[in-house]
Amino acid sequence: MNIDSIKDGIVIDHIQAKKGLDIYNALKLGELDCSVAIITNAKSNKMGRKDIIKIDKNIDLDLNILGYIDPNITINIIENDERVDKYHVELPKEITNIIKCKNPRCITSIEQELKHIFILTDKEKRTYRCKYCETLNEE
Amino acid sequence: MRHLIDIKDLSVQEIDELIGVAKDIIAHPEKYQEKCKYKKLATLFFEPSTRTRLSFEAAMMELGGNVIGFSEASSSSASKGESVSDTTRMVGCYSDIIAMRHPKEGAPLVASLKSTVPIINAGDGGHSHPTQTLTDLLTIFCEKNRLENLTIGLCGDLKFGRTVHSLITAMSRYKNIKFILISPDELKVPEYVKKEILEKNDIPYIETNDIEEHIGDLDILYMTRVQKERFFNEEDYLRLKDYYILNKEKLEKAKQDLCIMHPLPRVNEIAVEVDDDPRACYFKQARYGKYIRMALILKLLEIK
Repeated sequence: MNIDSIKDGIVIDHIQAKKGLDIYNALKLGELDCSVAIITNAKSNKMGRKDIIKIDKNIDLDLNILGYIDPNITINIIENDERVDKYHVELPKEITNIIKCKNPRCITSIEQELKHIFILTDKEKRTYRCKYCETLNEE
Repeated sequence: MRHLIDIKDLSVQEIDELIGVAKDIIAHPEKYQEKCKYKKLATLFFEPSTRTRLSFEAAMMELGGNVIGFSEASSSSASKGESVSDTTRMVGCYSDIIAMRHPKEGAPLVASLKSTVPIINAGDGGHSHPTQTLTDLLTIFCEKNRLENLTIGLCGDLKFGRTVHSLITAMSRYKNIKFILISPDELKVPEYVKKEILEKNDIPYIETNDIEEHIGDLDILYMTRVQKERFFNEEDYLRLKDYYILNKEKLEKAKQDLCIMHPLPRVNEIAVEVDDDPRACYFKQARYGKYIRMALILKLLEIK
């Protein structure tokens, strides 16, 4: 199967197979006005199978959240048919409205329109705690 | 503008300064009796608490200020569905500083995000109670004349007891502190407190369920109540509530200058016969609570 290469844009590669749609939703790519391709179950020497997302425009996306979802993901920035940058995204220091606090005693369970914010407290163990009640996020 | 949401919001130096002011208030109360004249403290207590609320109110009154507020959620607009954030912004229009107790953890932090006046966390669920910790630190300093070189025994419910976790956090910042953690197996200090505070700061500790084995080593014995409201199962509560009862007999092996503390209310974990022992400091501790809250109100209102 062939998908056209992109001239200017972002390629999110090495996504765990079948997780592409989750990332599409987390980054709200459906709201963009450019072409976005999700390739699922592509062959990968490293991973066996993987998903890839191609975004046909160099836009300013908050990609930090990808570091939380899957640290193995690689980001490729394409300009004039050339890859000008390739990197892994670091764990974000703070994540908003991606995970919900499960502590029934947390203020987020009752306060209207309060954002669910988690703070990175241990980088090595990938530990996040609720900003309000400090409850650990159990993945 | 500063708030006090968690004890970690204060540096060791700031805590030392608060203790210094509290000691000066104890020595010269007359100097402070008009410091907060025409200022108002609002006590927003979304769940009942006798000690903490009265302590805050007494503190403000002794500074010459006034107090407004409510003592349960049913008498506030929260019962009409108002958010914590809105209630706080509204109360900020009528007061200079707010002390908030709320059953939901993190509520005072949410309040502080949009508040126009300083917020003091007066206890949020099982999460944090920084003014109790300040009270404990002032008590230790006044009774032992130091916050360093201490062996501290914590006894009772070390799992759910937020005062215990906060005290461990606060004391871990001082030199040469050792903890003896005395509890039944079901109520041990949570792993994250041991790993993220004690072990991270190289603080020596011993876990035991035998209070008598180590009582002779202690400079401080901090007793806690097994709280019924933290248990989902009544059977477990009944089995564990009488696990430790401190009495004269157990105190025979203790040091003569031991300081026995308890955040109160006490149920039966300290026998009444201990109250007359000069080492019993828990009622003095309640008094110290008023003085440290006076010092805190002055600090947050930036009154010298």
